[in-house]
Amino acid sequence: MSEATEAYPAAAADPAKAERGQRSLWGDVWRQFRRHRGGMAGAILFLAIVLAVFVGPSLHDVDSQALNVREKNQGVSLLHPMGTDNLGRDMLARILAGGRISLAVGVTAMLLSLFVGSVVGVLAGFVRWLEGPLLRLTDLFLALPLLPLLLVTIMLFRDTLRAMLGPETGIFLLIVFVIGITSWMQTARVVRGAVLSVKEQDFVLAARAIGTRERRIVTRHILPNVLSPIMVSATLGIATAIITESALSFLGLGFPSDFPTWGRLLYDGVNYVQINPSRVIWPGLAISLTVLSINYVGDALRDALDPRLRGR
Amino acid sequence: MKRLIAILAQAATIAVVSAGAAHADRGSDGHLNILYWQAVSILNPFLSGGNKDVHGASLVIEPLASYDEAGNIVPALAAEIPTPANGGVAKDLKSITWKIKPDLKWSDGTPFTAHDVVFTAQYCMHPDGGCQQAAKFTDVEKVEAVDDLTVKVTFSVTKPFPYGPFVGSESPIIQKAQFQGCLGPKAPECTEQNFHPIGTGPFAVTEFRANDVVSLKANPQYRDPAKPAFATVTLKGGGDAASAARAVLETGEFDYAWSLLVEPEILEQMVAAGRGTLATAFGPSVEYIEVNLSDPSPAKGALRSTREGGPHPFLTDPAVRRALSMAIDRQAIVEVGYGPAGKPTCNLLSAPEIYASTANDWCLKQDIDGANRLLDEAGWVRGSDGVRAKDGVRLSLLYQTATNSVRQGTQALVKDMWSQIGMETELRNVDAAVFFGGDPGSPDTAHKFYADVQMYTNNFPGTDPERYLSYWHCDEIPTPANNWLGNNMQRFCSDEYDALVAEMAQTADLAARAETAKRMNDVLVGQGIIIPLVHRGSMSAHSLTLEGVRMNAWDSELWNAADWTRRK
Amino acid sequence: MLNYTLRRLAFAVPTLLVISFIIFALLDLAPNDPTGNLPLTIPPEVREEIRRSLGLGEAFPIRYLKWLQQFMVNEPLNLIERILGIEIGNSAERLRVRSWVTRSPVVDLVVERLPQTLLVVGMGYVAGILIALPIGVVSAYRQYSWFDQIGTFVSMVGFSVPTFFTGVLLIVIFSVHLGWFPSIYDTMHQVTHLPSFWVQVRQMVLPVAVLGLYNAAQLSRFVRASMLDNLGQDYVRTARAKGMRERVVLFIHVLRNSLVPVVTVIALGIPTVFSGAIITEQIFRVNGLGQLLITAIQGADIPLVQTLTFIFAVLIVFFNLIADLLYGMLDPRIRYE
Repeated sequence: MSEATEAYPAAAADPAKAERGQRSLWGDVWRQFRRHRGGMAGAILFLAIVLAVFVGPSLHDVDSQALNVREKNQGVSLLHPMGTDNLGRDMLARILAGGRISLAVGVTAMLLSLFVGSVVGVLAGFVRWLEGPLLRLTDLFLALPLLPLLLVTIMLFRDTLRAMLGPETGIFLLIVFVIGITSWMQTARVVRGAVLSVKEQDFVLAARAIGTRERRIVTRHILPNVLSPIMVSATLGIATAIITESALSFLGLGFPSDFPTWGRLLYDGVNYVQINPSRVIWPGLAISLTVLSINYVGDALRDALDPRLRGR
Repeated sequence: MKRLIAILAQAATIAVVSAGAAHADRGSDGHLNILYWQAVSILNPFLSGGNKDVHGASLVIEPLASYDEAGNIVPALAAEIPTPANGGVAKDLKSITWKIKPDLKWSDGTPFTAHDVVFTAQYCMHPDGGCQQAAKFTDVEKVEAVDDLTVKVTFSVTKPFPYGPFVGSESPIIQKAQFQGCLGPKAPECTEQNFHPIGTGPFAVTEFRANDVVSLKANPQYRDPAKPAFATVTLKGGGDAASAARAVLETGEFDYAWSLLVEPEILEQMVAAGRGTLATAFGPSVEYIEVNLSDPSPAKGALRSTREGGPHPFLTDPAVRRALSMAIDRQAIVEVGYGPAGKPTCNLLSAPEIYASTANDWCLKQDIDGANRLLDEAGWVRGSDGVRAKDGVRLSLLYQTATNSVRQGTQALVKDMWSQIGMETELRNVDAAVFFGGDPGSPDTAHKFYADVQMYTNNFPGTDPERYLSYWHCDEIPTPANNWLGNNMQRFCSDEYDALVAEMAQTADLAARAETAKRMNDVLVGQGIIIPLVHRGSMSAHSLTLEGVRMNAWDSELWNAADWTRRK
Repeated sequence: MLNYTLRRLAFAVPTLLVISFIIFALLDLAPNDPTGNLPLTIPPEVREEIRRSLGLGEAFPIRYLKWLQQFMVNEPLNLIERILGIEIGNSAERLRVRSWVTRSPVVDLVVERLPQTLLVVGMGYVAGILIALPIGVVSAYRQYSWFDQIGTFVSMVGFSVPTFFTGVLLIVIFSVHLGWFPSIYDTMHQVTHLPSFWVQVRQMVLPVAVLGLYNAAQLSRFVRASMLDNLGQDYVRTARAKGMRERVVLFIHVLRNSLVPVVTVIALGIPTVFSGAIITEQIFRVNGLGQLLITAIQGADIPLVQTLTFIFAVLIVFFNLIADLLYGMLDPRIRYE
């Protein structure tokens, strides 16, 4: 008998559901996910973006840092399909190069913040004696002023990390860590709220009554039911991470200034909105489409993991 | 670019023509809106030396003499400028005697006397006051009132240039009656006085909101009964430079916007809206790259970036420094980042005119081939990755500067130029408050210089560069022992230069001083210790209906606000 | 419930003390310097004097205790004096928390800034809620309909495009090209009669729009997710099976239950109304608390940053408590002992 049915012992008596027991939980999830049109579209779009930023540079073979002052602020042309910036750098090459960094930073930082936020939220909601300390910790992080925190972090760790891992990897880790560690609080609060309401519901009581272990109750019953606020946080989190990265690089905490990232391209382009609108449209669109695709994937994932919907 | 220059030229003619037009009455031109993108925090320049605060205060309180737009000292509250010729400056160059204009009144109606001037000196020279303009009073022994309209300043050493105290908007006169209870440690507690100083200037404060807005009205006691033309002024602050320019040039909500370091094509497009114009003035500010002669490698530990830690692995080679300078296309940097607000320069002292050397003008033309040849001859050979190396030392630089979009543009350009001569560059930008701050705990200050080269704009107060040039004396090197205080970031130390510093202090004749200053400039630039890039002007925008603006880089930009008028 | 509230309140005091200490330590450690923004013409020896006169020469614990005393004892006493019009002890000698940049008492600055922040940022928040609720409800009820798809797209764009861009874009369109609204907010403006009221409305439109859209984009996702969760619940099926009208099912049952998590999100967001919208305040020069905080941080004005962040911390702790209590009141299944 698979794990999926073990959680619902009553279902085993039902022959129709017993037959489903032959399939694995994740197989079910995947089948459900595939039937979700928005989810599939989102997944395809996201994969296309990932593919574009990783394979694109070999098709559009222009150095994102090569500049040519004589060709600054140009519009769309064959040579520069998205125009050039005020130093004559090719915008398409910069969007592609920037996408690699932004996606990596956005996704990793979002996962980190999601992980920390969910763990704190579930523990605070489920383990009585941890609730107080964890909530105080959340309050502390919410209250910390971000900018001085960043300045201190960079002062303490940048040179060490740069020496250990080189300028790029070191800074990447630093940025992901900083963004992750300063953005999990919202998720934690929301997850805790959801856990509080779920844990009093009948099926949790039922599970407890038949002697299910606490850890199993959390992973099997609580987590799937609080997935929707987590998914919302994830979508919002990736956008925040991409934008926060641009703020960091502006403060000198991020990547060196000639490293393009989507957030940074958008920030630098704002004042050129009247001269060369493509400087804001493309990075803005890139960020929006990424966030949109992740949102749809999140929607579909939530539907697919929802035991009530999966049965249908 | 051409169009912008044409517009500027046109604006200049308008200004000249309109300067002759006389206006009859005080307050007849209504309201004036001024926008500073950094808001005024306090109206007491002795407690905040920021330009925004000094400029704001210059509408209210005045010095004895100001600098005009050409850098000449002109009387404000003084009747005339004391010189050795008219006997105002003593023969031994150790004292200066100022005569004050008769019948001056503070805005509260009480008479202005020499005692106010003496009090101002006491206020700033108090050891516990933390006066931010204390440098203006360097070497002052005593300030005394000879009579109600005469002030004598005595120095402890010979002062060939005695125009430090009471000259320029950084050193205005405050009212004794108002500030009497605010000496020394009490100074910061006098909020009411610091926010609403009583002055002699064209305007008086009606309401002050720190870091936000100042409201002013015409001073009823101002010495010229026909001025100022504006009845009320709003000095609003906040935001960023580009949007400040937009509020004057495109929407026309404001009449004047200060310090617009914005990429030239953006300003050009805003000027095209036809509501306003740009005004520039060139003072002593020069954007330069300085090289680190000591070794900034982290491996040096506590001796990092000190002379004791050993010489820099490759920047001590004169050929490398020379090549760095030759490879730079200064014209391109100006075009991309500065437009009319910058000129390519090869001098540390680019203004005033008499100090500007011509010995280094070779640098105005980019010479990649020459730089490559120089490095080849010096034995720096290109490796397989295109980066030159000699004896295992790669020409790889860490290039740091303060955060600012124009500077990051310049960094990208310079990196590209240096890559053409086989130099590898890593860019770093640091928040300005950290970079220029003196926190000894921070690794990112300009003084610690934990990088190979760094770039910023430096300048000096007034028109006399003596103190400025003494920055590169051996004794000025920042070290852990002196808590990194010192201005000689390069860790440059030469007996030849130190002798010139001593010579300068003894020279009184202006032409001879200029000659010495040029020689010092040529040592620093010729040896590649300083790589000058851009002679930077201040640039502001003002509405086409605002007349009488005489852009000034030597003093407050608002120095002649009393003469501003509205075109009818 | 009352017991729980009292216990939480009692815990809040030591929590806040710890938070204030950590903030102070953080600011002390931060590498920016109060003389960092001064012109380079001011020589290093003068800078050292300035630092000394600001009290930076003293040891860290002493500076922290001084701040604690000034903020926790002196400022409340001053406030009481001002409200009651009496004098307690020697009030002239009592040291106040002073900003290093403006040299004025920090509390006065905060009081001066509150009106515009509450008005503009608060309105932005309210507008955001008012837009988000209907959009979220309809999107969830008609999941995957055209309305939902468009709503999703718009809110994702609204969330992905940061306010530093939307603010400038709105200024370029509505101030530069159309000339409908001012791009700069006048904090001195006084509403005395109808025309001046319209001036006030006009100058609030753009910043409120920027903030409202941003907040709505975020909040509508939470409303939609929460609605979806509840629409799939058994009690909805039961209600429908009982023959209840759809409107009753939707508004009485589903909406009420869905609002439980939404209300907490809203309550948790209220402290950010006070801490202001730093970027939006900067762009439109609203010069409220957010702008005060950012200029203070940039200028390393430690007393001002410390006091402001501490006030925000108090608000955060307080509204977190409110959110928890609301949760318990709205959702009978949650019990606090």
